[in-house]
Amino acid sequence: MSVLVYVEQAEGKFKKSVFEAVSYAKAIADQSSTNLTAISIGDVAESELNELGKYGASKVLTVNVEQLKTFVNQAYASIIAAAAEKESADVVVLSNSFSGKGLAPRIAVKLKAGLADGAVELPSTDGKFSIKKTAFSGKAFAITELTSANKVIALNPNAFGVKENNTDVAIENFTADIKQSDLGTVIKEIVRATDKVSLPDAELVVSAGRGLKGPENWGMIEELANLLGAATACSKPVSDADWRPHSEHVGQTGISISPNLYIAIGISGAIQHLAGVSSSKVIVVINKDAEAPFFKVADYGIVGDAFEIVPKLIEALKAHKA
Amino acid sequence: MKILVCISNVPDTTTKITFTNDNTEFNTAGVQYIVNPYDEIALSKAIELSEGGKGTVTVINVGEASNDPTIRKALAIGADDAVRVNAAPRDAYFVAKQIAEYAKDKDFEIILTGRESIDYNGNQVAAMIGEFLDIPSISIIKKLEINGDAATIEREIEGGKEVLTVNGQFVASCAEGVAEPKIPNMRGIMSARSKPLVVIDAVEIEAVSKVSKYETPAPRGNVKLVQADQSEQLISLLHSEAKVI
Ligand SMILES: Cc1cc2nc3c(=O)[nH]c(=O)nc-3n(C[C@H](O)[C@H](O)[C@H](O)COP(=O)(O)OP(=O)(O)OC[C@H]3O[C@@H](n4cnc5c(N)ncnc54)[C@H](O)[C@@H]3O)c2cc1C
Repeated sequence: MSVLVYVEQAEGKFKKSVFEAVSYAKAIADQSSTNLTAISIGDVAESELNELGKYGASKVLTVNVEQLKTFVNQAYASIIAAAAEKESADVVVLSNSFSGKGLAPRIAVKLKAGLADGAVELPSTDGKFSIKKTAFSGKAFAITELTSANKVIALNPNAFGVKENNTDVAIENFTADIKQSDLGTVIKEIVRATDKVSLPDAELVVSAGRGLKGPENWGMIEELANLLGAATACSKPVSDADWRPHSEHVGQTGISISPNLYIAIGISGAIQHLAGVSSSKVIVVINKDAEAPFFKVADYGIVGDAFEIVPKLIEALKAHKA
Repeated sequence: MKILVCISNVPDTTTKITFTNDNTEFNTAGVQYIVNPYDEIALSKAIELSEGGKGTVTVINVGEASNDPTIRKALAIGADDAVRVNAAPRDAYFVAKQIAEYAKDKDFEIILTGRESIDYNGNQVAAMIGEFLDIPSISIIKKLEINGDAATIEREIEGGKEVLTVNGQFVASCAEGVAEPKIPNMRGIMSARSKPLVVIDAVEIEAVSKVSKYETPAPRGNVKLVQADQSEQLISLLHSEAKVI
């Protein structure tokens, strides 16, 4: 019995969410006094693989073949499952990232495993393998018991944090057969906005709603976000009106996020919006309507006009940083 | 082109979520059920692709007879026929297995689901169906175009997008942007009553998970208001009190 963590790379690098998944998997390995192995697929430098030791991985399996340089859901799932079998891992951990969401269910079926996606805590240690996960778009949590022998867990970003745990790490090449039928999808293009913080795993988020009146007024939102190193988000009517891209829409029918800080500007706080953001650690609301429902769930608030307040915050932030 | 769309029956988006029986059961009292909003997007895309005699759209739901109004709603939106696997859905693994069992010998070219259901937020069913059927699965897609045998798909990734192609059969889970949700019109509502809804039995499968308890998030403390003319104070509170910047 052991624990396997899949470490997703983007252009040869690991992101913070990967180190978080490794930290979390290490804590599970410690719970059952076993070792943690990581599996990396794609072209990642040895120095980068060594980084995984800092967070508790004692072995890293690496698969670096031409066909799998970029993400192929089906083939990656086969390899991760094969690695789990080779390592006799009964727990497989992944980040609940966009790719993780496509992989975890396939791995679960291959291993006949129960899957806890959107996990926010470590499994219980009372004999039953139960995990707290988000449900009802953040309006509740479901304590889910995985009753199968094998288990798969997809960890929500920012739920556990990165914890250092220096361990000697051994790097091993891993070879697994790649079935032709696993290569059914072909990537044509990857477009990344490299200068922007990605919303799902952002620690700080600045979000704005219909109160901003039009897309031409987003300059100050972006400036505030840039100064903070935050990602930008929006409410549904804003993306419906094409003021902002759909990928920024948060809420029940958009993305669910749980950053450390969520700043909501000119957003009413409708139940469907709150559903996707209420698990943020600190919520700041700026709204000219003192009765806006968002104030009921906020930690800090300013009742006032966004067009006056946001520029002042930008100035204050510049002064704070100076 | 034969398309299968998986429909989940979920509490209306305005529902206040509460639990009964010592927090072990979801409280269904007074809850209005709807077609999962993302599944509506998937269904609308399927209807678009099959319009003008280019194909047929079957919707499938795993659930008990109480789900029939939701299935009829999907028929009113424009699906041609419907299947209900008669069983209380236990978890995504169970649901995906039932759908895969139904689909395995029906040669659907495309199977679509929503990106997740708004109750358990699983993101699981599409990829599990893909694995049970051993066909490609693409999760959280933003765009889908079909040209002949090949599909071009845009998928969301952290901070960007990925464009990929797939030939032959596949399953995909749809997010916002894939299609505009269609609203049923009078003709659709009338004809939905006479469209076929077939009920089939579930297959047996070993359980892999169960929800043992629910929790609701801890209520937040009262909001601390900062005067609009002293808004710079907010920055220092976020720095020294909340310690988030
Ligand atoms: C099935 C369904 C799913 C949905 N899913 C989502 C979802 O995922 N996400 C989502 O966001 N919504 C969702 N909605 C929509 C939701 O119900 C609300 O309509 C939406 O969140 C409102 O967006 P808003 O607050 O930006 O706009 P409004 O409701 O128009 O509110 C604008 C706010 O801005 C304030 N304001 C105006 N001018 C200023 C100013 N100068 N300075 C400061 N404040 C100002 C106003 O006081 C008001 O509170 C969904 C709805 C349905 C029916």
